[in-house]
Amino acid sequence: MLGAVLLLITGCHEGPPGADEGVQQGILLLGNGAEPRTLDPHLATGTVENHVISALMEGLTNYHLTDETLAEPGVAERWKRNEDATEWTFYLRSDARWSNGDPVTARDFVYGFERMLTPALGAEYAEMLHVVKGAAAFHAGEVDDFSAVGVEAIDDHTLRISLVGPNPQFPLMVNHYSWFPVHRPTIEAHGGLLARGGEWTQVDNFVGNGPFVLAEWKPNQFIRIEKSPTYWDREIVRLNGIVFYPAQDENTELRMFQSGRLHYTYSVPTNEIAHLQRRQSEHLHIDPFMGVYFYRVNVTRPPLDDVRVREALACAIDRRLLAERVTQGNEIAASSYVPDMFPDYESPVQLEYDPERARRLLAEAGYLNGKGIPPIEILFNTMDAHRKVAEAIGAMWRETLNIEVRLLNKEWRVYLDDQTNLNFMVSRSGWIADYPDPMSFLDLYTTDNGNNNTGWSNSDYDRAIDRARRALTAEERLQLLEEAEAILMADLPVIPIYWYTRKYLKDPRLKNWFPKPLDNRPYKYIYLEND
Amino acid sequence: MIPPIQVSASESRLPVVNLDPAQLEEGSSLWADAWHRLKKNRLALLSFWIVVFMGVFCFVGPFLSPYSYIDQDLMRTLESPSWAHPFGTDDLGRDQLTRLMVGGRVSLGVGIIATVVSLMIGVVFGAVAAYLGGKIDNAMMRFVDVLYALPFTIFVILLMTIFERSILLLFVVIGAVEWLTMARIVRGQVQALRRQEFVEAAISLGLSTRRILLRHIIPNVLGVVVVFATLTVPAVILLESFLSFLGLGVQAPLPSWGSLIKLGSDNIQQFPHLLIVPSFFFSLTLFALNFLGDGLRDALDPKSSRD
Amino acid sequence: MFKFILFRLFQSVVVVFAILTLTFFMVRLTPGGPFSAERRMPAYILERINAYYGLDQPLFKQFGNYLGNLLRGDLGPTFTETRTVNEIIAATFPVSAELGLWALLIALILGLPVGILAAAKRNSVIDYGTMSAAMVGICLPTFVMGPILALIFGVWLRWFNVSGWFTAADRVLPALTLGLVYAAYFARITRGGMLEILNQDFIRTAEAKGVSSRNILLKHALKGGLLPMVSFMGPAIAGIISGSFVVETIFQVPGIGRQFVSAAFDRDYFLVQGTVLVYAILITLANLGVDIIQVMLNPRLRFEDSQ
Repeated sequence: MLGAVLLLITGCHEGPPGADEGVQQGILLLGNGAEPRTLDPHLATGTVENHVISALMEGLTNYHLTDETLAEPGVAERWKRNEDATEWTFYLRSDARWSNGDPVTARDFVYGFERMLTPALGAEYAEMLHVVKGAAAFHAGEVDDFSAVGVEAIDDHTLRISLVGPNPQFPLMVNHYSWFPVHRPTIEAHGGLLARGGEWTQVDNFVGNGPFVLAEWKPNQFIRIEKSPTYWDREIVRLNGIVFYPAQDENTELRMFQSGRLHYTYSVPTNEIAHLQRRQSEHLHIDPFMGVYFYRVNVTRPPLDDVRVREALACAIDRRLLAERVTQGNEIAASSYVPDMFPDYESPVQLEYDPERARRLLAEAGYLNGKGIPPIEILFNTMDAHRKVAEAIGAMWRETLNIEVRLLNKEWRVYLDDQTNLNFMVSRSGWIADYPDPMSFLDLYTTDNGNNNTGWSNSDYDRAIDRARRALTAEERLQLLEEAEAILMADLPVIPIYWYTRKYLKDPRLKNWFPKPLDNRPYKYIYLEND
Repeated sequence: MIPPIQVSASESRLPVVNLDPAQLEEGSSLWADAWHRLKKNRLALLSFWIVVFMGVFCFVGPFLSPYSYIDQDLMRTLESPSWAHPFGTDDLGRDQLTRLMVGGRVSLGVGIIATVVSLMIGVVFGAVAAYLGGKIDNAMMRFVDVLYALPFTIFVILLMTIFERSILLLFVVIGAVEWLTMARIVRGQVQALRRQEFVEAAISLGLSTRRILLRHIIPNVLGVVVVFATLTVPAVILLESFLSFLGLGVQAPLPSWGSLIKLGSDNIQQFPHLLIVPSFFFSLTLFALNFLGDGLRDALDPKSSRD
Repeated sequence: MFKFILFRLFQSVVVVFAILTLTFFMVRLTPGGPFSAERRMPAYILERINAYYGLDQPLFKQFGNYLGNLLRGDLGPTFTETRTVNEIIAATFPVSAELGLWALLIALILGLPVGILAAAKRNSVIDYGTMSAAMVGICLPTFVMGPILALIFGVWLRWFNVSGWFTAADRVLPALTLGLVYAAYFARITRGGMLEILNQDFIRTAEAKGVSSRNILLKHALKGGLLPMVSFMGPAIAGIISGSFVVETIFQVPGIGRQFVSAAFDRDYFLVQGTVLVYAILITLANLGVDIIQVMLNPRLRFEDSQ
């Protein structure tokens, strides 16, 4: 009896629609990998957060539908640069509105930048704004007055930004959420500039300027957004709403898709790929993704301080076999560090699997047939995929070089700390580009970069990167970057393994969803339609 | 979070002992009686042989296998059972049969050693608490309560990350958690024992404390402890599988039944043999251990097996 | 009796406080900080973030602040979400409690009658059959059982959703996965308890007097036979509620078990402390309740305990 009553009470909730109803109602059901930690664009740090934020808010420029290297007008309808690309002026459209009806002005952007760069807020990605003149000093607390920073609202719809150096790519950079504006009255009504608590991001308070507005947020269950009535381009938005599911378990997400609850999954369990390729090939998609999976080498730890040992390890990995048989997601065996996705850029060195050379190098370094060399430890964070790769590579090193390999599986936080503190020998790592340019891959390894984490320092490399940053033409820049990568690949503080691919399941009724190397999509063009 | 070990009423009930003074001098022939009864219980006997078989299979088997548990052959991944690989291969082309045996070594090893660790700590702690009695007993038992409610996950994560991950640590950590229930049971048993008439009789007959302890208290306590230990081993094995699920179990590439099962359950749809085989061995072993424990308990308590 | 309850209540408070303190220090001393990130942030930013949460102050001062806030009912902020700990617990605890209740119901409805039946038909096919089925329930970990059920009933048959906690039907698969394990435990314990009683002299007397077997079972044996079950309920309840982590992960149930484990892995200090507090209070209360019931049913125990 009690059970029946309880059943009646709990049965009164209706969940989000299934895939078929979703198509009819124009509601997109997306798997989003994990619960977003925040919807505040200045405090967010991940792609999971970005997927939601980029639907709720819009920056100066937007994501292009098909081409990641083109900047699409967002709040700014056009822009111009000065002679040497150190100064950019953005002209904002007059009909851009916040979701409460207020107009979006240049001052909103300035306020956003100020908030982002205020040291007390502790915004993790504030460094992205350091290309702006005076930003680094303000951010480090050396300067108190924000007007010293090179951003200026000339009038309500004109924004001028001065940079530290020439940057022809700048409009492409500003579609990142760290550059988004925020609605000042909303922020101030909920704790002010410095509040990290995210009160203003709650459903009743959120004010954004994107094609959708926040409708419902049930943590660890779903986030539901609805078409915005105030968005300047609302005429072309065909979706009525989007539901984001934070399915953390890949297998659960797969089952959701297979039972008709999702139009799109965030990922696919590696072990299911072969099976899905046979049975559900119309749903499975594997796209190249702008990132590299590699092993960081601690060059301060013997025997890894000897470049011959590092090169031996690099040559002893059969990347092709690994990509085909172990990772199974059509990953591309890396022949260099920077992925082969940039048309005008060609990586100078081609890595190859060469067991003979590997053995020779190891012998030259003094460890003939693996004798005398201490065990090599591979550090990785707890995840099946990393474990498999580490086990496979460990076996390859064992068989080819006759050395002992130990696997160290540590939890995420401990793994991060160990990597930062150089408390490892070889560490599994990955890097995804922040923006579509080889620089995003290479500037990590300059001597003072906080993400270097290898102990490697090379002044030639530093010089090449610095000159590339200040180069005036794209040609010159890419040339310098190629030189830099040559140095990196000669010294091998990092051993590239494969270039990422994104694997996901997509309902064929989901339209205008194109493969993008950084997986950024403008939701305003996406729609659902029965075939 | 940990499935609690079943503590039935019989753990606190004692076998009846003869009050004949001559027998009191000798100590009970509890064990001989028990073994005799055990042999008559067919299910328990079968379970005993299954456990023995598993032990041999897992500890001796790998020496007979042409493969090692880390030999990978990337061209022969995820194969179905065949003559070359009776249980197929896993996602890195390693022989499943060999890995099953080595995994059994790990799981059984963890089970046994952790149980022994918990036994040692728990018996001493519980016996001391019960023997000393009074306020010390109370304090010690409250201490057990505190630890009992402590979140196991945190405790394990803490220890696993402070010290380097090793199997030895895993044994110690799990044993260090399981001793709590053991201590409770031992304390209960010793406490009840102290008040039993036969102990009073022994005291009044003038037997020394040492004799009382050795001949009467310890054998009776050991009976309960043995039963409980047999039931702890499967619980520990299950615990290790849970840890594998969280990614905190044995370090790769060493397998355990728990990690093999996890791999299998991720592949249910296409390669069911990866799940079915380790699950079968896992369950069979746990079955056998549990029924063996039941049988031991029945054997040590004459009243409960009337037929 | 009243004095007994009061005394135990006081002890419970002390126990919970001790657990809180232990957790507080343990979680802060574990390696790996809450703000370790893949992209390095400048040192001065990390300082600001730590200062914002008060993590730069000496440990004892932090502890004092925490206790002060605790007394005011504020459990602190989280580092990984925008909700406060209070909000998270308020949202997730009822979910886990509901899941647990359903699981408990299933476990009782399945386990109790089966256990009684098995005891009544001792050593028959029914007995062995049901106890073996119970074994399967105990030996199959939830992380295997769950996906199998989800696959069969969710994907193939489409009877239920494979995840989510929206409609009434969404409760079925998760509750079943969790409940079956405990149903197995309940069945075994009930059987054991009933057998203990059924073997006693007063039952034989009743049989000799001609009382029907049904009456023997239900009127004379039941009360004593269920005693072990009662003492098992305490840990079972607490175990179900916070041990539901696996089920919550597999079925996307927004419960407290998942929060608890992810907080531990994320080093989300305040959330860890908050969930541990809930867990500790739950277990202590459950144990207290069970002890009280046991004392009510069996007054002799009271004197043993409060010595």
